[in-house]
Amino acid sequence: MTDMADRTGTAEPAAPASRLDRGRILAWLQDYGVYAAIAALIVINIAITPRFLSVENLRTQLVQVAPVVIVSLGMALVIGTEGVDLSVGSVMALATALIPLYLGYGVVPAVLAALLGGVAVGLVNGSLVAFVGVQPIVATLALFVGGRGIALVVAGGQLKDVYDPDLLNLGSSSLIGIPLPVLVAAVLTVVVMAVVRRTTFGRRLVAIGGNRTASELSGLPVRRILLLVYVVSGLLAATAGVLATARLQASDPSSLGLLMELSAITAVVVGGTPLTGGRVRVLGTVAGALLIQLVRATLIKHDLADSLAQMVQAVIILAAVYAARGAGRR
Amino acid sequence: MTEQTMPAVTAADAPAGASGRERAFGLIQRHGAAAVLVLLVAIGSFAFERFPTGDNFGNIAITSSFLATVALGMTFVIITGGIDLSVGSVFALGGVLAAYGVRWGSLAALLLPLAVCGAFGLAQGLLIARVRLAPFIVTLAGLLAARGLLLSISHEGAKTYLIPHGALLARVGQGSVFGLGYPVYLTVALFVVGAVVLQRTRFGQCVYAIGGSEDAAELMGVPVTRTKVLVYVLSGLLAGLAGALNAARLSSGVTILGTGMELDVIAAVVIGGTLLTGGAGSVSGTIAGVLLLGVIQNLINQIGDLSSSYQQVVSGAFLAAVVVVQTYLSRVQRLR
Repeated sequence: MTDMADRTGTAEPAAPASRLDRGRILAWLQDYGVYAAIAALIVINIAITPRFLSVENLRTQLVQVAPVVIVSLGMALVIGTEGVDLSVGSVMALATALIPLYLGYGVVPAVLAALLGGVAVGLVNGSLVAFVGVQPIVATLALFVGGRGIALVVAGGQLKDVYDPDLLNLGSSSLIGIPLPVLVAAVLTVVVMAVVRRTTFGRRLVAIGGNRTASELSGLPVRRILLLVYVVSGLLAATAGVLATARLQASDPSSLGLLMELSAITAVVVGGTPLTGGRVRVLGTVAGALLIQLVRATLIKHDLADSLAQMVQAVIILAAVYAARGAGRR
Repeated sequence: MTEQTMPAVTAADAPAGASGRERAFGLIQRHGAAAVLVLLVAIGSFAFERFPTGDNFGNIAITSSFLATVALGMTFVIITGGIDLSVGSVFALGGVLAAYGVRWGSLAALLLPLAVCGAFGLAQGLLIARVRLAPFIVTLAGLLAARGLLLSISHEGAKTYLIPHGALLARVGQGSVFGLGYPVYLTVALFVVGAVVLQRTRFGQCVYAIGGSEDAAELMGVPVTRTKVLVYVLSGLLAGLAGALNAARLSSGVTILGTGMELDVIAAVVIGGTLLTGGAGSVSGTIAGVLLLGVIQNLINQIGDLSSSYQQVVSGAFLAAVVVVQTYLSRVQRLR
């Protein structure tokens, strides 16, 4: 223990040149490592994977990753405020459970009901965090546990096939050659990016994550913004749930969105958004989601097992936070 | 439900004045889960005649014992202000390793998961305490890595290793005395040891000190790094042990177990009055939290026509109520 204290004690104030360089490299890795990794993987895949660049393959990969991207966007905003939202997977389950109930009234009411479900969950999460002052991880844990339960109760615990042609169109049709879910994910990415960069809401959100007390003292409506962030996260997760339901042509609340919270957190962290808040990297988050999908697809295409894919994912996460930590020390 | 017990306790302590009220809040924080547990058992006993039987209680005890063992390690981790998301995967890994190792005898079947899961905890602890990465992220990676390891042992989940019925390990997992399974006694023993370690030893004091303020603890000469590493080793060991015993009970290493278990465990610990901010909590609260979840599940099964999905709804609502009350209580205490 003492040697640990000594080491940090002497190493940090001195800050020799080599350390600075290392910090700079790690900072570069935190900011651009994801893109570099994606580029490297694409090059490797073009070289070793037959038909990697085929249109169907790209389409499949992108359609698969679209819900993860959408959920991760909301997660990035929440993490930007130094929070976390564990309930996103349960929100997807709730959304998918609500769709068959209202499909009788048409596609629009069904989708609206699903989205409202997400908003309701977000309101509860946000109220607990913003007004009661519960830590985000516990506040959202309650609906992580309860949300899927509610979804199962609503659905009567059953898997239901969804036949509505309009809804199925949502999952399978394309516009100018781009599958609709991918298009939705892309549009939402641009919107979230604009919100973070160009709106007062976005700036305030980042300010709260950076220093909540200072934001409060300078008169920002901290509670209202926090509430809104969790609502947005719920809404985006519900959107992902709707798209996934349309693509799978079935409503299965017991399995849809399982472990989604972990994938989304991973995408956000790998994308360079620090868990300590104060910074939101939207494009990085999308890249993080793509990277994980790409790793998984590469390993599976080459019959390297799922077990390896999971371990590689673990290593990527650790590398990402290691880079973030080293960069932060600079 | 916690709110219901609150007025009763406050009323009893009211004459003592402000400090009495503060004491009452402390009592609710520490023993609220136990009070609600007693209340629920009482209500259940009146409402359902099949609830208060020895068999049923034995059943609750054995199904809760595995969650409890994992939650014991998690309690230590959370009191230091950390978190361990890997326990569900490590639990499953422990089970598969036990079933895999039984070919070399029952002792090996028990030691193999303990060694591997302990080493797993050590690796996580070193990354958290030495390299200073966030516990949330390290153990998230650990969750994936342990699951990956498990899949590679079980041929991608295609092979389920069995524990033969004659094996000593199977008898330990399935046998019972006085209507309670052996794992229940082991869990009780572990909790007694855990309580003594946490309350009466230097190590326990260090755990609390780190959770209270890591910087202050470091300045006071508390071995912060060592204690934190040990806490994650402990969590890995207990999760692996629980997994091994569960496999012994089921006679096989089921690969799909433990998914989402980490969050159940955290919920139980939090319901038991341990604060996620660290520095406060108790082993006895955790056992109350685990039993409370077990009793809720059992009661919902008793109602019969309710689907088991209601269990998740009730647990979630209960968790929300607990954290709201806890947050309120700790805010009142801080204001003084």
